[in-house]
Amino acid sequence: MPLITFTHTGMYCAAADVYIDPWRPVDRCIITHAHSDHARTGMGHYLCHEHSVHLLRHRLGADISVEGIPYGEVRNINGVQFSLHPAGHVIGSAQVRVEHKGEVWTISGDYKTEDDGFTPPFEVVRCHTFITECTFGLPVYTWEPQRSIFDEINAWWRTNAAEGVATVISAYSLGKAQRIMANVDTSIGPILTHGAVEGCNTAIRASGIRLPETIQLTQATDPALIKGALVIAPGSAVDTPWANKLRPYSSGIASGWMRIRGWRRRSAVDRGFALSDHADWPALNATVKATGAVRVITTHGYTDQFSRWLNEQGIESHTEKTAFKGEEVPAASSEETSA
Amino acid sequence: MQRFAQLIERMDATNSTNDKVQALTDYFAEAPENDKLWTIALLSHRRPRRSLRTTDLKNWAAEEAHVPFWLFDESYHIVGDLSEAIALIVPSDADNNSGTLTEHIELVIALKGMSETERRASVVEKWKHLDQTGRFIFNKLITGGFRIGVSQKLMVRALSKHTGVAEDQLAHQLMGNWDPQGIAFAELIHADSDGAARSRPYPFCLAYALDVPPMDLGDPQEWMAEHKWDGIRGQLIVREGELYVWSRGEELVTDKYPEYHALRTALPNGTVLDGEILPWGDGHPLSFNVLQTRIGRTTVSQRALKEAPVVFVAYDLLELDGKDLRELAISERRALLETVVEQAQQPVLRISPVVVFATWNDLVAERIRSREVRSEGIMLKRRDSNYRVGRKRGDWWKWKVDALTIDGVLLYAQRGHGRRADLFTDLTFAVWKGDELVPFTKAYSGLTDVEMKKVDAYVKQHTIEKFGPVRSVTPMHVFEIAFEGINKSPRHKSGVALRFPRIHRWRTDKTLRDANTLEDLQNLLHAHTQGAR
Repeated sequence: MPLITFTHTGMYCAAADVYIDPWRPVDRCIITHAHSDHARTGMGHYLCHEHSVHLLRHRLGADISVEGIPYGEVRNINGVQFSLHPAGHVIGSAQVRVEHKGEVWTISGDYKTEDDGFTPPFEVVRCHTFITECTFGLPVYTWEPQRSIFDEINAWWRTNAAEGVATVISAYSLGKAQRIMANVDTSIGPILTHGAVEGCNTAIRASGIRLPETIQLTQATDPALIKGALVIAPGSAVDTPWANKLRPYSSGIASGWMRIRGWRRRSAVDRGFALSDHADWPALNATVKATGAVRVITTHGYTDQFSRWLNEQGIESHTEKTAFKGEEVPAASSEETSA
Repeated sequence: MQRFAQLIERMDATNSTNDKVQALTDYFAEAPENDKLWTIALLSHRRPRRSLRTTDLKNWAAEEAHVPFWLFDESYHIVGDLSEAIALIVPSDADNNSGTLTEHIELVIALKGMSETERRASVVEKWKHLDQTGRFIFNKLITGGFRIGVSQKLMVRALSKHTGVAEDQLAHQLMGNWDPQGIAFAELIHADSDGAARSRPYPFCLAYALDVPPMDLGDPQEWMAEHKWDGIRGQLIVREGELYVWSRGEELVTDKYPEYHALRTALPNGTVLDGEILPWGDGHPLSFNVLQTRIGRTTVSQRALKEAPVVFVAYDLLELDGKDLRELAISERRALLETVVEQAQQPVLRISPVVVFATWNDLVAERIRSREVRSEGIMLKRRDSNYRVGRKRGDWWKWKVDALTIDGVLLYAQRGHGRRADLFTDLTFAVWKGDELVPFTKAYSGLTDVEMKKVDAYVKQHTIEKFGPVRSVTPMHVFEIAFEGINKSPRHKSGVALRFPRIHRWRTDKTLRDANTLEDLQNLLHAHTQGAR
């Protein structure tokens, strides 16, 4: 029996009776990171990286049974050694290394390899079998260095601020939002946040991690403050009544999908920034190679294509069906739906 | 090229019409004259002819990027645009775009005369020396499909701001035949060289779809109605002893319709008619499908003339005796038109009959007859309206008949292109033939984003088999498919082909067995093709 199997409940290590990122309730699980498609409610006990503890409590309930460990610490469960290693995806994100009788499997969760200056950078884990995401597993997805993207975001914000217009950027509440606040030029103006983003900020600060100063946007927020501000909100809030208070504003999305002009144009925002917390095509390939894995299992993203490509490169690969979503596609403008 | 690339980037970075117009205006102020001319040409659908096969481009790009062809194709499918897919996939370190837009277009034109090896070398060389936006534009110039999210109307508005010439006049100046390589900017904008003026059509007046009950339009006496014919909108011009036929797409199609040549002498010089190029036989219009056999052809065979004959059904007169009549009310133009058509005495020139109605209910009844007389519905024109440039609300309305519908079962699904590349949105539907489900149409559009996601989830969870990109799914869901026409088609398993099929709604109230049958489709076919060939 393989060390890790894919059941209708999730990725399962039978030798240890532990699930990794399960999507149905189980007794014991290890969680790679706090995004909702990987960390779900209803588990008896959660084991995760120490920086994910407050985030899991914040998202899944204060009363969950959760334990955090640092990167590299080995946990022995029924003779199987588990350890967590930086995935560089979001704060607290980890790859799960599983070793049993000399055989090593690594489960990547979601990951990116570029150092974003905020999240502990990705580390390669040598293994026999690598279970990887491939959200952006096609050669058209290659990211610009984040410095040049942040230069663009800063320039956009600066222009808007000079014109007395608010700058509203939609980004994931956990991960992208903090990456943005940690990298933009805060001398341009204040950073205002949507409640969902601020909730994550609070949980992250509670873990002892420093973030730039942010102000949660409320009904009481001074309109004068909004004008030159950078407002960070989840995609679900932009262009809804919530955003009315911010008018006039220029809107943007930070997402890997923005690499494609068609997505950019159809997203109905002014600016699209191809900023992703997932590995791009060169990074996926480099990582697979660096792990030294002889077998690669793809779980979400362009799985069929990436597996086929790896097989043609001489690396045995196949796809397993999971409930992971990778980077969600930004909502299209409403005018497009009737077309 | 750098300036043009910046223009494209600037227009991409805004959703505001005003900002786009401003970007174009700024561009016109700075760009060299021949770049300006080419920009106007590109934004009014005048592009250099495609100079090489897209298959070549795909192969070269895949090889340059060191990816197998299937992977290039998958990537292209996801991106949805070949020019962009190549721009993204071919590696390059260039970060600016030297050379002018005109120089790049000249290279594109020159490709045609090159050997295979030279072509590849020239194209690959450009890919390596242009940045991503530059490569995208260059590829667009090669492939000939240049749609960049700014309409001709906006371009004309910017050009008007730049030159001070009124928009309507500019729109007219830019109509017809002109070649960016053979004209000076000032000549295009201001002067009226004889040759160009002789063949130049007027900008078409376009109708909006009626979105209110006709009763809301007020007094029926103020309105004139005709049937809306299902052919190709066209302008027929006779000036200085020459005949010119323009399609609505501003394509000169005189040679495609030799039937009209008799009109060159039968109509007085200085006549411009607006009407429909319509297939016609045995005293009534034929199906649009008949006309389609002639659209793509440059030469017309005797057989086509016999099997797909056309007439010109005129509904407006824009010029008479060389005088522009567009400021007259349509009631006055119509009276003059009737005289012109009558005096021409040519069977190939017909007039679109006026539908007489005293009350709106009369017109409602006439509209129901539309399919019987082979029209798409009713056109309504305000009697005192003049002939306006482009689409303006209020004077002209098209009131199409309700679509035909049939309930089909979802049977196959394929991932969409571009935006929908992650979702199974290209759907195939089937009807019952006894206990068997026979596919009869594909449909792509009509679902909301939420419904699309639901269909996608269903497809992923209920896949029976995968055939390359296509999946067969467990039959379960019934959708109402709307379409504009139905024709016999031996190429399809069902024996019919639908015109403009789309998903009208998801019939969650219906079960699998409630879907329509092949017999129902055949009944529709017979009801709507009687007499057509």
